[in-house]
Amino acid sequence: MSELLNVPTMAEFMAQGKQPEVLFWVGCAGSFDDRAKKITKAFVKLLNKAKVEFAVLGTEESCTGDPAKRAGNEFLFQMQAVTNIEVLNAYEVKKIVTACPHCFNTIKNEYPGLGGNYEVMHHTQFLKTLLDEGRLTVEGGQFKGKRITFHDPCYLGRANNVYEAPRDLIKKLEAELVEMKNCKRTGLCCGAGGAQMFKEAEKGNKEVNIERTEQALEVKPEIIAAGCPFCNTMMTDGVKAKEKEGDIAIMDIAELIANAQDL
Amino acid sequence: MHYLPNILFAIALIIGIGYFAKNVKKLIRNIKLGHDVDVSDNTSQRWKNMVMIALGQTKMVRRPISGFLHLVVYIGFIIINIEVLEIIIDGLFDTHRIFSSIGKLYGILIGTFEILAVLVFVSVIIFWIRRNILKLKRFWKSEMTAWPKSDANIILYFEMVLMTLFLVMNATDVPFQDMNSGNVISQFIAPWFSSLSEGSLHIIERTAWWLHILGILTFLNYLYFSKHLHILLAFPNTYYGSLKPKGQFDNLEAVTKEVRLMMDPNVDPFAAPAEGSETAVPAKFGASDVQDLNWVQLLNAYTCTECGRCTSECPANQTGKKLSPRKIMMDTRDRLEEVGKNIDANKGIFKEDGKQLLDNYITREELWACTSCNACVEACPVSINPISIIMDMRRYLVMEQSAAPTELNNMMTNIENNGAPWPYNQMDRLNWKNE
Repeated sequence: MSELLNVPTMAEFMAQGKQPEVLFWVGCAGSFDDRAKKITKAFVKLLNKAKVEFAVLGTEESCTGDPAKRAGNEFLFQMQAVTNIEVLNAYEVKKIVTACPHCFNTIKNEYPGLGGNYEVMHHTQFLKTLLDEGRLTVEGGQFKGKRITFHDPCYLGRANNVYEAPRDLIKKLEAELVEMKNCKRTGLCCGAGGAQMFKEAEKGNKEVNIERTEQALEVKPEIIAAGCPFCNTMMTDGVKAKEKEGDIAIMDIAELIANAQDL
Repeated sequence: MHYLPNILFAIALIIGIGYFAKNVKKLIRNIKLGHDVDVSDNTSQRWKNMVMIALGQTKMVRRPISGFLHLVVYIGFIIINIEVLEIIIDGLFDTHRIFSSIGKLYGILIGTFEILAVLVFVSVIIFWIRRNILKLKRFWKSEMTAWPKSDANIILYFEMVLMTLFLVMNATDVPFQDMNSGNVISQFIAPWFSSLSEGSLHIIERTAWWLHILGILTFLNYLYFSKHLHILLAFPNTYYGSLKPKGQFDNLEAVTKEVRLMMDPNVDPFAAPAEGSETAVPAKFGASDVQDLNWVQLLNAYTCTECGRCTSECPANQTGKKLSPRKIMMDTRDRLEEVGKNIDANKGIFKEDGKQLLDNYITREELWACTSCNACVEACPVSINPISIIMDMRRYLVMEQSAAPTELNNMMTNIENNGAPWPYNQMDRLNWKNE
């Protein structure tokens, strides 16, 4: 399989004196987390299929600084931001796509004030444009008629008002999109944001991801669709805790689209 | 002696408005204890937000029941207060229902006021039932005890009494009832008093009239001490509310300067700071007390009416954590009031009192429970942002005190050392390609 993946780096493009159409910002989870790496690969397969000339930074990529900033370490955040912006600007990057809503939010909203101005898209928005432009086609395939619920990532939804792109993609699969009682602007957090991913939760009577998983189970989905590697982990853990991992799959939108075409 | 009531009225008016003005001055002084923040951009969008959110109540009605009831009370409050203008003129110049000379329109106006008064009365009763009988969860959280709890009920009682006085005043006003125009509700109340002589009716009417206007003046002065201040501050607060995407947190400028210096290879790290340069006094990073916040955050605190929509949407609060975004705002206001009183008592200069917002009011446990999901910001009907205060206080904990939870320190060390929150080598970033 792996030899099928075509993942050029910015350095390689530069060496050929070319500019890619878009930079794919993989993110730390997408690079290192075993579950998230599958999302990364699914998205790359779609980019390859649609013949998108993209590049990654590879070893030149570094954490955007989001978890540091949300933890209160503005110093570390700005050090990361300024370093990343230097790299991005040196490559004259104009357009960035990422499968992580945290990277998306940080680069889109917080980098401009530090000298990094790019057009930034979440991968669901990017895939939607590929479909709209006819560069990628999608048929329901194995997901036709399946009950799918979408868990809104806070940093995509409320933080940036992107609610429709991921839903449009699910509808393209001819699946049955069911909404949880808290969705879109009232969507409940998975519990990972604000650097919570990296620490134990404060004392309470329940974990946030369990609460959210219960909301998802109420609508009896066959698949919980996610658009964020951290939400994906939290929901996967939640479904496991409820011993439903045999019945319900947690999948990223990119994986849904890629699997629908047997990529 | 004939003018005695008018003189008394003028005195009441002057005291009522004067004391209120004094407290408004104090309010503005306290808000200005926050540091400056530039909110001069995009005035047209700001006006639009104020018109939509404060005047138009667009976010209130997202919860249909409370939103609708609030709309009734809000419209009633604004429209019935037109009547206050007449009361003031009558009171000062010894006239009686001065506007009644405008004829039919007067009847329509008073009739509208009477209907609204009943609607307000009923809505307020429902509010009271929701709060005290149905015990809606958000009104019974741990921060809603003692004063906040009484405050909420006092406001409701005030409104019930004022509406009752207004209707009684109209019902016992013999010339007004004789006019038989605009007494749409009070004509049904008038028979309750039919056994009384005209003299007694006049006394009741005068008493209701006086209590009504004195009640309004008292209520006006009650605002400063109450969560009810939102009826005024919702307007500036929605105007100055953030226009940025909710996910965008501000970049600290003081940090940017330091980072630029660190990244600049031409800077001599051992150079003495230039004469009179700002770097002589290093800025404090983040907030441990109210003076470290900006004035919009302090305005937010005074605007909060403790409805608890934020807290009821908060994932941390829903799962039993100590964090309640409403409490963050209430604590900020309480501490700000305390600092204000300290300044008043010490001839205009704040005297160190060994307390601060952090720890004395807001605990670290609350701060570290936030997922920054913005549910509270989205839920607030008047554009309050509790997250910005939580983040500023985390910044103080991390950058001034190095007091982050251990796991977060590990995460940050990883980012520093290898550019990822986990201990993976940056050189391995593209390994997934070949796995």
